[in-house]
Amino acid sequence: MDQEKKRELGRKAAEIRLDIVEEVFSASSGHPGGSLSIADILSYLYFSEMRVDPKNPEWEDRDRFVLSKGHTAPALYAVLAEKGFFPKEDLKGFRSIDSYLQGHPDKKHTPGCDMSSGSLGQGISAACGMALAGKIRKKDYRVYAILGDGECEEGQVWEAAMFAAHYQLDNLCALVDWNGLQIDGRIKEVIDPTPLDEKFRAFGWHVISIDGHDYDAIEAAYKEARAFKGKPTMIIATTTKGKGVSYMENQVGWHGKAPNAEQYAQAVTELTAQRDAL
Amino acid sequence: MADKIATREAYGAALAELGAKYDIIVFDADLACATKTEKFKAKFPDRFFDCGIAEGNMVCVAAGAAAAGMIPFVSSFAMFAAGRAYEQIRNGIGYPGLNVKIGATHAGITVGEDGATHQCLEDIALMRTIPGMVILNPADAVESKKAVEAAILHQGPVYLRFGRAAVPVLFDDSYDFAIGRGVKLADGNDVTLIATGVMVEQALAARELLLNEGISARVVNFCTIKPLDREMLLACAKETGAIVTAEEHTVIGGLGGAVSEALSETCPVPVLRVGVEDQFGRSGKVPPLMELYGLTAAHIAKKAKAAVALKKGC
Repeated sequence: MDQEKKRELGRKAAEIRLDIVEEVFSASSGHPGGSLSIADILSYLYFSEMRVDPKNPEWEDRDRFVLSKGHTAPALYAVLAEKGFFPKEDLKGFRSIDSYLQGHPDKKHTPGCDMSSGSLGQGISAACGMALAGKIRKKDYRVYAILGDGECEEGQVWEAAMFAAHYQLDNLCALVDWNGLQIDGRIKEVIDPTPLDEKFRAFGWHVISIDGHDYDAIEAAYKEARAFKGKPTMIIATTTKGKGVSYMENQVGWHGKAPNAEQYAQAVTELTAQRDAL
Repeated sequence: MADKIATREAYGAALAELGAKYDIIVFDADLACATKTEKFKAKFPDRFFDCGIAEGNMVCVAAGAAAAGMIPFVSSFAMFAAGRAYEQIRNGIGYPGLNVKIGATHAGITVGEDGATHQCLEDIALMRTIPGMVILNPADAVESKKAVEAAILHQGPVYLRFGRAAVPVLFDDSYDFAIGRGVKLADGNDVTLIATGVMVEQALAARELLLNEGISARVVNFCTIKPLDREMLLACAKETGAIVTAEEHTVIGGLGGAVSEALSETCPVPVLRVGVEDQFGRSGKVPPLMELYGLTAAHIAKKAKAAVALKKGC
C-alpha cells in the first residue's frame, strides 16, 4: 500500500477512535476497549475494501457488514458516520433515550447497519445467511463480519463455521479480533479457545493470521480472501485492546467502562496527536 | 369425513406446492423427513438447505437471508425451534423484524412416544412474548395450507405450529382464512368454546355433549393466537357470558393466557382453560395421552358446565 493511502486510512482510524471515546464518554457507558482494537480494520473495510453507498444504504448490490461482536457498536457507528451514513453529531446521542444509536447495533433504525447484533455468536450466522442469499441470487456482493475472540467460546460460532464451509461461502470473509482479553480476564485464563487458526482450518475455512494494526497486512489478507475460491476466509487479527489510548491498552478493565472527564481529556489529547502526526 | 392428515404433512405439501408460486427458501435442521420439508426439497433442491443439528445457527442464517431480501422458512420440532432457539428468534428475527417464517412441527403432547423432552408445551407462550411475532396454530390440513400461504404474504416474522399426529380434515377449500381473524364454527348462547389446533375437533365434539345436557355452546376457532381477534373475543364474552379455552399447550401463557389477559381488561367473564396443567408430558400413545392430560371433549364439556355456573355477566 502506498504511503499516502496508509496515512489517509490512519487518519480515518484516528477519527474513528476519537469518536469512539466521545461516544462512550457522552453515554457514560459502553465498550471502548474492543472498539478501539478494530478501528484500523474498519477504516480499511469502509474506505478501501467494501462497496457501499452512504446515500443508498439499502442498495441491493452493496457489500454487507455484520458486527458479530455487537458490543463494540461505538466503532461501527463511528465508521458509519465517518463514511457519511449519518451525521457525526448524532454520535453524541449514543445510548441515550432519544437517540437511534442503541447500545448494540439496531438495523431497523441505523442507516448502514446491515444486521442487529449483540447476542454473541449470532452475527456470524446472519452473515452466512447473507452470503448464501448472494449465492442463490447470483449477486457478486461480498459479506464481511467481525467476531470477538471471546465470542469464539460461543458454540453457535462453530455451527456457523460448519455451515459456511459446507455451502462453500467464499463470498464471506470473517475476522476474529484477537486482542486476548474478555470481561473476566485474559482469554487464555478464562477459557482458552486456542488454537483458533487450526480450529477454523479444521472446520473447512481458509485462514490468514495477521497483525490487525498493519494496513499492508490487512490489505493483503482481504485481497487474498477475495481471490480465494471454494471456502470462506477467516482472518485472525492480532490486535491491542484499547489501541491508541495509553492507559486503556491491554487492560481488562477497559472492556466495558467509560472514562471520567480527566481520562477523556487525556484520550482526546493522545488520539489527536496520533492523527495530526500522520 | 376425509382421511386423517397430520398438519405437518399439510405443511410440507403446502411448501412444495407454494414453492412454485413464491420465491421461498427452506431451511431444516436434520429433520426434513419428520417436518416434511423433504417434500419441498424433492421439488426445489436448489432452494432447500439443511443446516444439520444446529437450530440456533439455522435461525440466524435465515435472518441473514431475510435481511438480504429472501423469504426463508426454518423448520424443526417446536421444542428446538421455539425452545432451544428462543433467544435467536427473539434477537435475530423478532428485534430486527425480519421476514422469517418458523415452521415448527411436533408441537404439543401428540408427539406421543418420544416423551416429555420432545413434547413442547410452551412454544405459544414463548413466541407470544416477542413483539411483532404472528402465531398461527392450524387445526387441520386445509387450514395449514392456507396459513402457510398467508404467512408468505405477511411481511414480518410468523410462527407456524404443526402437529405430528394425523387429525381429521375439518374444513374444505372454501374455508376463508385470514391472519388475526377467529372463525365461528357453530353458534350457541350459554358459553363459548375457543379452541386452537387439534383441540378444535374436541371442542366441536364437546358442543354435542353439552347439547345433550341442555347447554348451548358456541365454538370458535382461533388459529391466530397473536394478534388475538379481540373483537370476536369481546363479542363472545358479551353474548355468551362465559368462555372455555382449549389448546394442546400448557395452560400458562398460551391461548388461555391470551384470552384471560384480554378479557380481564375488557369484559371479565369467567374464563376456564383446558390445556396441560403445570406439568411435563410423558411417553405414550396419543389417545391415552390426550385422556391423561385432559385434552378431550369430555373435559372441555366439564369445564364448560363449570364456566356456566360461574356466570355473572358483565
